[in-house]
This record gives sequence, C-alpha cells and structure tokens, in this order.
Amino acid sequence: MFAFILKRLLATIPVMLIVAVFVFLMLRLTPNDPAAIIAGDTASAEQVAQIRASLGLDKPILQQFVIWFTRLLQGDLGESFFFKKTVASLIADRIEPTLSLSILTILLAISVAVPLGVLAAYKHGTWVDRIVMGFSVMGFSVPAFVIGYVLIYIFSIQLNWLPVQGYQRIGEGVGGWLYRLVLPSLTLAVIYVALIARMTRTSMLEVLGEDYIRTARAKGQSERVVLFRHALRNAAVPIVTVIGIGVALLIGGVVVTESVFTIPGLGRLTVDAVLARDFPTIQAVILLFSFVYVMVNLLVDVAYTFLDPRIRY
Amino acid sequence: MVDTSNNLSVPTSPLTAPPTVGKRSSRPGALSRALQNTSVRIGGIVVALMIMIGLAAPFLGAMNPTEINPIARNKLPGAESNKRLDDGTQVKVQHRLGTDSLGRDIYSRVLYGARVSILVGVTVAFISIVIGLLIGVASGYFRWLDPIIMRVMDGLMAIPAILLAIALVSLFRAGLGAVILAITVPEIPRVVRLVRSVVLSVREEPYVEAAITTGTPTLKLLWRHILPNTIAPLIVQGTFICASAILVEAILSFLGIGVPPETPTWGNIMSEGRQFFRLYPHNILYPGIFLGLTVLAVNMLGDGLRDTLDPKMAKRV
Repeated sequence: MFAFILKRLLATIPVMLIVAVFVFLMLRLTPNDPAAIIAGDTASAEQVAQIRASLGLDKPILQQFVIWFTRLLQGDLGESFFFKKTVASLIADRIEPTLSLSILTILLAISVAVPLGVLAAYKHGTWVDRIVMGFSVMGFSVPAFVIGYVLIYIFSIQLNWLPVQGYQRIGEGVGGWLYRLVLPSLTLAVIYVALIARMTRTSMLEVLGEDYIRTARAKGQSERVVLFRHALRNAAVPIVTVIGIGVALLIGGVVVTESVFTIPGLGRLTVDAVLARDFPTIQAVILLFSFVYVMVNLLVDVAYTFLDPRIRY
Repeated sequence: MVDTSNNLSVPTSPLTAPPTVGKRSSRPGALSRALQNTSVRIGGIVVALMIMIGLAAPFLGAMNPTEINPIARNKLPGAESNKRLDDGTQVKVQHRLGTDSLGRDIYSRVLYGARVSILVGVTVAFISIVIGLLIGVASGYFRWLDPIIMRVMDGLMAIPAILLAIALVSLFRAGLGAVILAITVPEIPRVVRLVRSVVLSVREEPYVEAAITTGTPTLKLLWRHILPNTIAPLIVQGTFICASAILVEAILSFLGIGVPPETPTWGNIMSEGRQFFRLYPHNILYPGIFLGLTVLAVNMLGDGLRDTLDPKMAKRV
C-alpha cells in the first residue's frame, strides 16, 4: 500500500513537470514582455532593459527556466506585477474562501447526488428516473452564473432570506460564514450533482442486475440494506472516480461563482490577474489548481483499495 | 448489414443522401437511424432554429445590436423609445426585451448573439477534432511517438479546462480568434485520447494486419482502414465539444475576458447586465435562457447521436 502511494506520487512528477514547462513556455512563446508591463507605458527603453535584466529575462531561455523552476521548488512563486506583493502571500490571503466554498460544495453535492442517483436507478424507467436524468442534462447545460443569479433573485431579492453577495471569514463566526456560503455552494453544486447523480445511476443499474443482489433480496434483506450496503458499495468505484474527475469542473465553477458572489478567493484572483495581465499570479494559480487536481485524483486511486478489496496494487 | 436501399431511395435532401466519404466509412443507414432518435430530433430542431435565428436576425425585427442610444437606457421589456434617424426625423421603436445601461436593444443583441455562440461552438469543435485526429492517429499508430505524446497530453489534461482557457486568453489581444484558440487547446487532449484508443484497438484487427502484410502504404492504410473507424465517435465527441465551447465562451465573456464587450454575445449581455441586476434582472435572464436552451439542445443531439452511432460509448456513461 505504502509502496503504491509512493509509486503514484512519483508518477505525478512528470505530469507536474509538463504542466510547469507548459506554463513557463506559455508566456515566453507569446508576444508578451513582462518587463514592459512592469515598467509601464511611460518608461524609457533603458528602464525596460534594466527591469528585464533584474528579472533575468535577458538570459537564455533554458537558463531562465532552470532559475524559475528552482525558485518554484523552494516555494518562491515570484512577485505579482499588479498587486506589488509576493504571489505566495496573495494566494495565502485568498485560499480560505475558496477552500471553504469547495469543501462545502463537495459535501453538499455528494450528499444530494448519490441518493438521487440511487433513487433513479431503483426507479429505473419511471418518472422519478426521468426527472433526475432531466435535471442532470439541465445541470450540464445551464452555466453556473445563470443559476447563481436566478438563486440570488429568488432567495435574496424576492424572499430576502439570504445575502446577495459577500463573504465572511470563518474566524469571524461560523454562523455568518455558513449563511453567506449557502447560495454560492448551491450554485456551484448544480453541475457537480448532475455529474455524480448520472454516474451513480449508471453504476447502480449495472450492479442491481447482479446475482448477489438477487441473493440478498431472496434471503429477505430490506430494500434499504440491499441498495445501500450491497449495491452502492459495489457501485462505488466509478462514482468515486467521477467525483475526482469532477474536481476540474469544480475549479472552473469556483472562478465563475466567486465572481458572481464577489467572494475574495482564488477564482476572483485569477480573473483579476488575467484582466491585469499579471503573469506570475496566473502561472502560480494554474500550477496550484493543477497540483490540487492531480492530488485529488491520486487520493481517488488510493480510495479504490478501501472500496473494492479486490483491487490490490 | 442494414439495407442500403434505405439511403439510396431517398436522395431528397443533402442530409439523407448517401455519404460521400465512401461506403465502408459510415455504416449504411447510420444517419437515418440517428434521425429516428427522439433526442437527436428535438436537439437538432432547436439547434437548427438557433442557427436560423442567428442568420435571419436582421429580418426578425432586430436593430443594430451595437448602436448606443443614451435616451433609451435601461428600458423594461416592451418599452418604447424615440430614435433619431439620420435625416432628423423621429421614429418610435419598441424594445421587446428592453435595453441595457447603454440603451442597446437586448432583443437585437440576443438574436445576433446566436451567431457568435454557434460560430464559436462549431469552429472549436472542428479545429480541435482536426488537430486531435492528427495527433491521435500519430500517437496510436507510431509506437515510438506514443509515450512522448501521451505524457504531454496527460500534463495538459491536469490543468482544469476553464482555467487553461482563462490563462490562454490572457496571452493574446482580446478578440474572437484568441477566444476560439483558448477554448480549443484544452479540448485537444480529450480528442487525442479518444482517437488513440480507437486506433490502438483497430490496429490489432485482422484486416489491418492483412493490409500491412500485403504491403499497403502507411498513408493509404490510415486513410482507408483506420480513419473511417474514428468518424462515428468523433461526430459524437464533436457535438459535446461544441456544447462545452458555447458554454466556455459565455463564461469568458461573462467574466469580462472574452470577446470585446461591444460584440453582441450572450455572455457579454449578461456581463453588462450584472451591474443593474437587482433592478433589471431580465438582462441576465433572457440571454441565459437562450444560452441554456442552445447548450441543452446540442447536448441532447450528442446524447442521441452517441446512442445511435456509438453504442459502445453509450454503455460507458
């Protein structure tokens, strides 16, 4: 087991290396001059050249990569062009809202989607199934920001139950924190619920046709035990896989949702950085999100062994 | 074998005419079978309707979608305003879906928005499939290339798609081309994987091995025996790429980093409508309905096509 985790960890190194090379080249191979951006419009050619030298941009590209990469490994993500702070401190400021939103959304999505998917599979072919599947297709088709604004309109403007926008740090009170995250996590959860419910249904349908389900029913187990203990447990591997893959969707959704609800998180930071052409921040955010995505999927692989004892590494 | 007479007897429209790619490429009757599918029909009709709306916008009572009219700012749906013509006379115009904060007619912008969305969707699907096909065939067929290409694709796929699009769009000057490029790149690895898996499975087929032994030139082998097998899954995949591209374009525009704000796109209308959302929620609602409906239709089309053209894939998800 330990050897497996170590092996998988090692396997993520080339992937992350390629991400790093790609992120590095992205900037160097396009017509963007970071030195000119930092210097501003009024700078003279000498000033630009001076900044270029101080950033090391006058060195050969391979050497630049090595310098950038060594610093990266030491945790030095560089200095933001726009915010005049180190990128690391920017990210540290913004990580709490994003993490709160994501974790709440994942918990919400799983606790809604899995029962829905099980129900749809159990009532296969009935109107319950059709409603769940219809919702799932809708969830894939309506973008998060439209859902977000519809929810704001109903719950904040018409009913006046929840705040329109904003975020409160968890340190300032869990109640207010949760209160402000209800609508954003509902918004973000829709597409995730659609994805997980659909996979749960498919996987359950396959399992429900197995002999051991018939056996469990024949020996008089209650339907609930059959569904959740016998069927769901055996249907779990594809569900967990899709939860891992869905994290990519979640990250995309975070960017949009944070903009709709003006949450000062990493998603909002990404958009601000793109608008300001703040390349060090853009690079760091991509690296960070990709790293999280890769790590989540590593965790998913490890989870297989618990869910299905037949899988041994 | 499904009988071919089915196809040959009704050459009335280009859609039902026999495929020109060659008989062995698409199974005879595959298209007519797809057209029997409810999901394909509903999705196809709505998509066709959206294309028509986009193309026929000038004839559906749409005005100039970029014209700013300060006296007609923030009108509610159905309101009328006076418009000065070039010769100084005033005419009354009705704003069916209201106006935005610059006095632009939402109805016109929504109709013209269909053009950009569909153009982006189709272009992204087409380009990513062509590039993905080339790389995928190379990766699946030439064993020495495979590990290199697949590692690069793994790396690209490790970056969440929307995030990659957002980052790419920042590299170029804002415009339709940059948006299309930014949405296309993240889609390519998915096409490559699909094509590669088809090529890998086909390569082991007896008829391909037979063709290799009889000395068929590589290019001819790829063209005659391998490429035709990728057509059905690629049509399905292309439809889903189209749907996701329309969504991502709207997201980029909504975030204010997509096509320039004066261009009428559904995302831009919504982005502009954010500011006065509390008072004029329809500026987000109407383009949202069009966007959701279009993406839903394209997804339904894809679902139906998958069920009929690519039964193996249908079982998986």
